[in-house]
Amino acid sequence: MADVVVPASARAAELIPARYRNPGDHFFKLVVLGLSSSIILLAVVMPVVLFIEAAPTFRAFGFMDFLTETTWDPVAAIHGAWPFVVGTLITSFGALLIAALPAIAVAIFVSEYAPKWLARVINYTVDLLAAIPSVVIGLWAIFNFAPMMRDLVYMPIYMWAIEEAEWLIPIIGAPSTYNLITATLILALMIVPYTVALSRDAIAQVPVEQREASWALGSTRWEVIRQAVLPYARTGIVAGLLLSLARGLGETMAVAMLIGNRNRMPFTLFGPAATMPSVIINEFREAVEPLHYSSTMAVGLYLFVVTIGINLLASYIQRKLSISKGVL
Amino acid sequence: MKRIMKIAATTALVVLGATAVYAGGGQEGATPGATATSGRGGTRVELLGAGASFPAPLITAWADEYRDVTNGRVTINYQSIGSGGGVRQFMERTIMFGATEAHLTDENSQLARQNTGGVAFNMPITLGDVVVTYNVPGVETGLIFDAETIAAAFLGEIRSWNDPRIAALNPGVRLPNLPIQIAHRSDGSGTTNIFTHYLSRVNQTWADQIGFGSSVNWPVGTGGNGNEGVSGIVQNTPGALGYVQLSYAVLNDLTLGYTKNKSGNIIQPSFEATSLAAAVPMPSDGRIMITDTDAAQGYPIAGFAWALVYENLDRNPAITTRNQAEELTRFLYWAVTDGQDLNEPLSYARLPDDAQEVAINMISALKYEGANIGEQVIADVRANGF
Repeated sequence: MADVVVPASARAAELIPARYRNPGDHFFKLVVLGLSSSIILLAVVMPVVLFIEAAPTFRAFGFMDFLTETTWDPVAAIHGAWPFVVGTLITSFGALLIAALPAIAVAIFVSEYAPKWLARVINYTVDLLAAIPSVVIGLWAIFNFAPMMRDLVYMPIYMWAIEEAEWLIPIIGAPSTYNLITATLILALMIVPYTVALSRDAIAQVPVEQREASWALGSTRWEVIRQAVLPYARTGIVAGLLLSLARGLGETMAVAMLIGNRNRMPFTLFGPAATMPSVIINEFREAVEPLHYSSTMAVGLYLFVVTIGINLLASYIQRKLSISKGVL
Repeated sequence: MKRIMKIAATTALVVLGATAVYAGGGQEGATPGATATSGRGGTRVELLGAGASFPAPLITAWADEYRDVTNGRVTINYQSIGSGGGVRQFMERTIMFGATEAHLTDENSQLARQNTGGVAFNMPITLGDVVVTYNVPGVETGLIFDAETIAAAFLGEIRSWNDPRIAALNPGVRLPNLPIQIAHRSDGSGTTNIFTHYLSRVNQTWADQIGFGSSVNWPVGTGGNGNEGVSGIVQNTPGALGYVQLSYAVLNDLTLGYTKNKSGNIIQPSFEATSLAAAVPMPSDGRIMITDTDAAQGYPIAGFAWALVYENLDRNPAITTRNQAEELTRFLYWAVTDGQDLNEPLSYARLPDDAQEVAINMISALKYEGANIGEQVIADVRANGF
């Protein structure tokens, strides 16, 4: 039984008369097919369920009006997602802006400059950083990072602004310990490992010939990086940045712990704010009123749409921007 | 081929086995239910409940104690999923009892009547009390507040600690010129419900603009998740003023504000003062908010936590046998009588006599398929113990 001939390809398997075929092949095919279609099914079912649960909210306020409404008042049964959409965009794009350059620099250093042993140490440390649970980072920030930043950075800047630059006050606001900028900085810290890892992989994909050709033309090391490595790796890097952004969008725990959870616009840099994941995790559990409950679901649906959109954009860019125009 | 047959056979066996065990388990619960009219069938029963996180430690302790009392006959599986989830699952009738810090709305009560042909009881089981806590350098515990100062501070009208309104209440205390930073709960919570209900009762502006609920649209301040989140903000922010559950504040040695009540007495928060606050005439349906109490020595920021249970227990599909219904009734009776001895050691206020009476009246009204099992169970317990 064990010495059944393994067909060279599925095509070949079709040619073998049924009675010689191993039913295990068929069984395995069914299992694999079932499992992989269940993934697709899941991705379809999730937004459908979210939409059904969110339907009362969309009926009450309208799909677009719920997006642009700025009041979130469970007592008065008025719900709008705008503050959370704004908060999410500010924190995640802010975090990406802060994290991108250092992360790309680390990736370049690791793959082009560092000796092997040092590169290994750095890679290992970066991967380790990615493995820290966000709640742990959040706790550290609550007790150390945020109070320190308040005393050393926010308060001095605020005091200075009162004296010297009053026009800044509406932007930065009165400092609270947990605020928009703290959450953004911690979010930046949390997406750095992803950005580094993805940029590193993109750079590692650059063929050796590409580099060697550049060296052969007499380029300096900087010129090799700038003219041969980066143009080749840029699609991977940009796609990696977008994937990091998507991760930042969905980050929940650390942000909810640090952002100060203010559901009212306008937001200021040093004042509390809120994001889509933070309001869901805060209010979902105790949402008794049907409209309140379905509004948290609706915010979840928006978050789903935004994240899917960014992921699609990432794969689009990966194909469009690549030197080989998606052929490779 | 052989191997796959083997795997398939094993899988089939496992599935069959599991089904058999499951079916057996179901039967075990079902058979005595039919015969156990005399009381305890000697079978093990699991009571499934879910709801508010505030009474969860107390209910868990009750569960442990009650398992001992009944020699392991009854186990209680309580899931602390929040008042909102508790009410929702109770209304969907997927749990045997719920627990909440916000009593059922008229709408839900009506729906429950439609669904089960009887009342959904809001049965008081313990009391929640909320204290203000603050971080003012150089000021110890015991700063005095009244309704007006608390409301004005949380509305953002009082901005500094040396505001004359706070100073007038605290002669001799050196209050710094420090901005007040409000800290509130970011998650929906019964604590917030009690606190905002108090503010709505004592301050018209608050009632008009903000209102009360487990989540509200806070005019000012920073939100922290849970009691620990709020106390974290308060401890890390000089000038902070927040509110937490009294039991949490006591366990963590936070600074407590004293509050002037309706009668003008300054009340130090304590479980006794909370029980006193509840010593007011109770409506028979148990649905009463006792904030800003009339009781002269009562602490003003307090409220009940309720267990939710259907009058017609058989109309709740989560309860499948008469035995389960009786065991649930017996447990509830134990919780509001003997179980109350556990409250104060665990930092929960004891039910005052009036509220206990209301709860017992509800328990004695419980029915199963029309039979009044509540009275039977109580009579049985009084004769034979739990």
